[in-house]
Amino acid sequence: MRKLSNILQLGLKELRSLYRDRTMLALIVYSFSLAIYSSATGVPESPYRATVAVIDEDRSQVSARILDAFQMPYFIQPRMLQSQEQMDQGMDRGDYTFTLNIPPKFQQDLLNGRQPTIQLNVDATQVSQAFTGAGHIQQIVSTEVDAFVKRYRGEEAVPVQAVIRSEFNPNLTRAWFGSINEVVNQITMLSIILTGAALIREREHGTIEHLLVMPITPFEIMVSKVWAMGLVVLLASGLSLHFVVEGWLGVPIAGSIPLFLLGTALHLFATTSMGIFFGTVAQSMPQLGMLFILVLIPLQILSGGQTPRESMPEPVQNIMLAAPTTHFIILAQGILFRGAGLAVVWPQLLAIASIGGVFFVGALSRLRKSLR
Amino acid sequence: MSGVAQLAGVTLRYGRTCALDRLDLEIPANRMVGLIGPDGVGKSSLLALISGARRIQQGSISVLDGDMADAAHRRRVCPRIAYMPQGLGKNLYPTLTVRENLEFFGRLFGQDRAERDARIADLTRSTGLAPFTERPAGKLSGGMKQKLGLCCSLIHDPDLLILDEPTTGVDPLARSQFWELIERIRDNRAGMSVLVATAYMDEAQRFDWLVVMDDGKVLDTGSPGEILARTGSADLETAFIALLPEEKRRGHHALEIPPLAADSREAAIEAHGLTCRFGDFVAVDHVDFRIERGEIFGFLGSNGCGKSTTMKMLTGLLPASEGQALLFGQPVDPKDIDTRRRVGYMSQAFSLYGELTVLQNLELHARLFHLPEAQRTPRIGEMLDRFDLRQVGDSLPEQLPLGMRQRLSLAVAVLHNPEILILDEPTSGVDPVARDNFWELLIQLSRQDGVTIFISTHFMNEALRCDRISMMHAGRVLDSDSPRALMEKRGLPTLEETFIAYLRDAASAGGDEPLAESPAADTAAPAAADATAPSEGFSPRRLYSYFLREATELRRDPIRGSLALLGTLLLMAIMSYGITMDVEDLKYAVLDRDQSGASQDYALALSGSPRYFTEQPPLTDYADLDRRLRGGEISVAVEIPPNFGRDLKRGAVPQVAFWIDGAMPMRADTVKGYVQGIHQRYLEELAARDPAGQGASLAEVALRYRYNPNVLSLPAMVPAVIPLLLMMIPAMLTALGVVREKELGSITNLYTTPVTRLEFLLGKQLIYILIGLINFLMLLVFAVAVLDVPVSGSLSALILGALLYVACSTGLGLLMSTVTNSQIAAIFGTTIVTLLPAIQFSGLLHPVSALEGIGALTGQLYPTSHFLTISRGAFSKALGLGDLLPYFIALLVTAPLLTLISVVGLKKQER
Repeated sequence: MRKLSNILQLGLKELRSLYRDRTMLALIVYSFSLAIYSSATGVPESPYRATVAVIDEDRSQVSARILDAFQMPYFIQPRMLQSQEQMDQGMDRGDYTFTLNIPPKFQQDLLNGRQPTIQLNVDATQVSQAFTGAGHIQQIVSTEVDAFVKRYRGEEAVPVQAVIRSEFNPNLTRAWFGSINEVVNQITMLSIILTGAALIREREHGTIEHLLVMPITPFEIMVSKVWAMGLVVLLASGLSLHFVVEGWLGVPIAGSIPLFLLGTALHLFATTSMGIFFGTVAQSMPQLGMLFILVLIPLQILSGGQTPRESMPEPVQNIMLAAPTTHFIILAQGILFRGAGLAVVWPQLLAIASIGGVFFVGALSRLRKSLR
Repeated sequence: MSGVAQLAGVTLRYGRTCALDRLDLEIPANRMVGLIGPDGVGKSSLLALISGARRIQQGSISVLDGDMADAAHRRRVCPRIAYMPQGLGKNLYPTLTVRENLEFFGRLFGQDRAERDARIADLTRSTGLAPFTERPAGKLSGGMKQKLGLCCSLIHDPDLLILDEPTTGVDPLARSQFWELIERIRDNRAGMSVLVATAYMDEAQRFDWLVVMDDGKVLDTGSPGEILARTGSADLETAFIALLPEEKRRGHHALEIPPLAADSREAAIEAHGLTCRFGDFVAVDHVDFRIERGEIFGFLGSNGCGKSTTMKMLTGLLPASEGQALLFGQPVDPKDIDTRRRVGYMSQAFSLYGELTVLQNLELHARLFHLPEAQRTPRIGEMLDRFDLRQVGDSLPEQLPLGMRQRLSLAVAVLHNPEILILDEPTSGVDPVARDNFWELLIQLSRQDGVTIFISTHFMNEALRCDRISMMHAGRVLDSDSPRALMEKRGLPTLEETFIAYLRDAASAGGDEPLAESPAADTAAPAAADATAPSEGFSPRRLYSYFLREATELRRDPIRGSLALLGTLLLMAIMSYGITMDVEDLKYAVLDRDQSGASQDYALALSGSPRYFTEQPPLTDYADLDRRLRGGEISVAVEIPPNFGRDLKRGAVPQVAFWIDGAMPMRADTVKGYVQGIHQRYLEELAARDPAGQGASLAEVALRYRYNPNVLSLPAMVPAVIPLLLMMIPAMLTALGVVREKELGSITNLYTTPVTRLEFLLGKQLIYILIGLINFLMLLVFAVAVLDVPVSGSLSALILGALLYVACSTGLGLLMSTVTNSQIAAIFGTTIVTLLPAIQFSGLLHPVSALEGIGALTGQLYPTSHFLTISRGAFSKALGLGDLLPYFIALLVTAPLLTLISVVGLKKQER
């Protein structure tokens, strides 16, 4: 009973302290509203507004037809070039990601069944567009050529049609995933920094020493920080999900928000414990800042939010299984888009809780040591 | 020249509180002027205004014949003023050694090495700091910190020396040495005026001229003699009380201490051979004492003699290396929560929550000590009255003067009615009236409630009030007895003299901590006075001073530096391997509702591309399909309709359905492309088998991936990961540069020394640009040698680009540091302004041209986009400086712009 009351009081103290730091509050509000909005809307469809240049040496009906097929929003109006040299320069400068070279007598060769070749150059450094974009352009060329030849010859349609549907996000709108991913990122970032820095701050200002001569245990100090900071972030993410993601961005949420918030709470247990763990490892605020950024970058990039997990090398995938974010992103996708229930996401919940448990115990034992 | 400073109608407000109220004052020159008054009457504010550290709100202040509101005048006179703020070593840098701190200030005032060395040698010798020049300032005792602070102020021979409670928390011996030092300096520099705020009335007695302040107003001015005569008092302490307005004096009367009941009682605190070692250093050396229940036991000793360490061992904060400490007859056990409830402790430094109000702090502690609900409010009220804190109940401790903060700490320590009180210099910086009130409470607690009190103090009149005292020096107890008995033993009239006699004996016997040398031979230094003429314009030396300070701090913290350098290498390895855009090993399953040869044929076409797809057990029905897709077990489900084979033969165009998991759109897009490709290939195969058909496709598209023909992940990612890391790491390294000084107090040096904002910021930035560049070179070598990603273009262009880019990223970190007020906010803010734009808006994954809205705008302006282009150009595209010129220009504009914004955002004066 005394323990509970101490934990409650110390937690309230954390909340009061945070309330005083207005810059921090403003940053929290920003990171759960504008940051999410701009990140969600900023992520382009792929290919999206891809830059194309064309050397059309044929100037025929079919080449015009191919050029017309490059439409916004996938492609910016193709730029017409005259020479190979111009093309090389443009690609070097990064002006065009794709260049298409339609050879002379293309149409003639086509109709004569001589299988003419169109050259497509791709800037492979533009990783996200290069592969999907190249596929898209190949598709466009073959569709247009087929249609042209068939109309010319009056042939029948394909023998089998493939009908492709996207489940859970019919138009593959990037903002849906982008916004959720950003919410996850902000949750992770904020909870780690808040608890870690709060601990260092107490040490640098000597208040932790004061707490230790009072009838309070390190366990109570730690749990109070976990619940207080966790609550702030949980509240912010809940509001953000409702007002920014569902309201402002208009993302339909398929599953149960309470279930997602349960997952978030567990995730926060893990990340706030991580934060305290880092707070005990770092000796000063500058060290904490360094440690924080070194941990945060891989957490954000390699957890499956930026690029698909399946395509990462096996060792990286395995290492990232130790990060709570990896499981949390799987869980968030499952619940929010696929409408998955507890029966489906329980392994993730379990994984997050166990990672959190490990960090909590580790942080607690380090906290005890670092304070004595 | 009339006076050193004239103030007319000066008013200063903090929010609603009025610190100074239309104050008029003329301070005479060439004198030692003392400023006395209760806590929180505006003494510190007044000194900060006169020194130019704080901005004038209302009224006019003229110092050294010029208007302090005029920035040009401030710049001109600032080398002639020295200001030492309140608090133990607040403007010093704890990780720098004594010498480095002194050198830092010397450079700020434009002294060359020879001059600096001469001055430092002289100052450290005359203050007794000479043996400790290589010790970090943070490891000095309180008194030594104050001496170092004074040395730092005196390094440039000021005409006006402003000291804000310089001897608070300093032991009597060091205090007398301190004033001797000031006297000596004044003898050598006849023209120097000294302005001192102090809580010690015996010190004030020695000053030439006094200003008595109360409530933001001047009550009286004059020499101590005049003031004594006017109030008809025998000493200043009584005169001071007599000058106070009626309501503040009320209730104040001379203290009477009832004798301690003589019957022998049980021991409350005992120490047997208590010893504490830090490495080789013995802080407390076999200390024994026994304190009885209800006794007031005093600890008297020089700074750094082990008083605080002993107290910490009693509270369980520090484990004893040897010996035993007993509370209530039980060994001290840090795990024993119940004992803690019976003890009240107050540490030397303020250790309550600065971000909670006075009332909230009291309430928090009342609850943590579990005072019953009904008692809580009356008890807190009692504390507020007892310590005279009621009118500041809603203020934040940070805004209160030192004395008030001490009172709050005391109130917290006694709030829960402890049986033992351990108080570490509780009255340092507290005004005389409040001190007497406090002692009244202590006496009442001891005599009426039987509370045992263990207190350390530097005030002799307080030590006299203790039942017994121990004199401590260098970790050992010299003697313990009642104060009178000790005085009789030495045959000296005052306790102060007795104490100093004990100390001198101990020092000469031990020879460990040399006391200050006699002032005989140190008249050499001030000869160089006229050589000191700091330039008003840009000074590389001052910049270098901050550069060196920052570099030393970084060197003293090797963990931070190696985290930055080695951490980035590790990150680069992980991320370069980890980020890949091609999708592989997708799990799919087939729902074959035809089960004919043709349908199996189609399914085979899918499994024929094992790199992209791995087949899972077939689907049984729609429910299975839905369940497995929803659970994320499969990413693609294929449904082959009934009669697929028959329809195909008949030419009835059967439809194969693909369900793709769209939860992650980017992956889904890629999958879509694969599916279309495979379907296309199936059609081609089908056509090839049909003798009547056309055969292969009509036209071909020859695909060439440029700059990375084999579409390897590493060559694509390495040039992109380097800019990302070089944004985040240098920005974070720089981010605490300014805000840390703000939070810990050393920002005062910017306010009161000739250093300009540009020199201050550039000095801090340069070291991190250097680190960033080293970091870049390490990444470069790692990329070329280990990851085998060659630089195909111009290496020098790449390095130049990195240099400019690091200037931008450190500039961004510095900017965040200038606009925030807490370190947490700076770290968080820096993360926000670097992470999102660098990862998402700068072309790392998506080209900037594909972005829209805020993202596109950010992407076009953000330095990472430009350097990313340079990096990709130089690594993969064989480009040189000429090809990439526009991007270099963009960086060249951004870097100084960021620093300039920081200069504008930084204030040269406090608020």
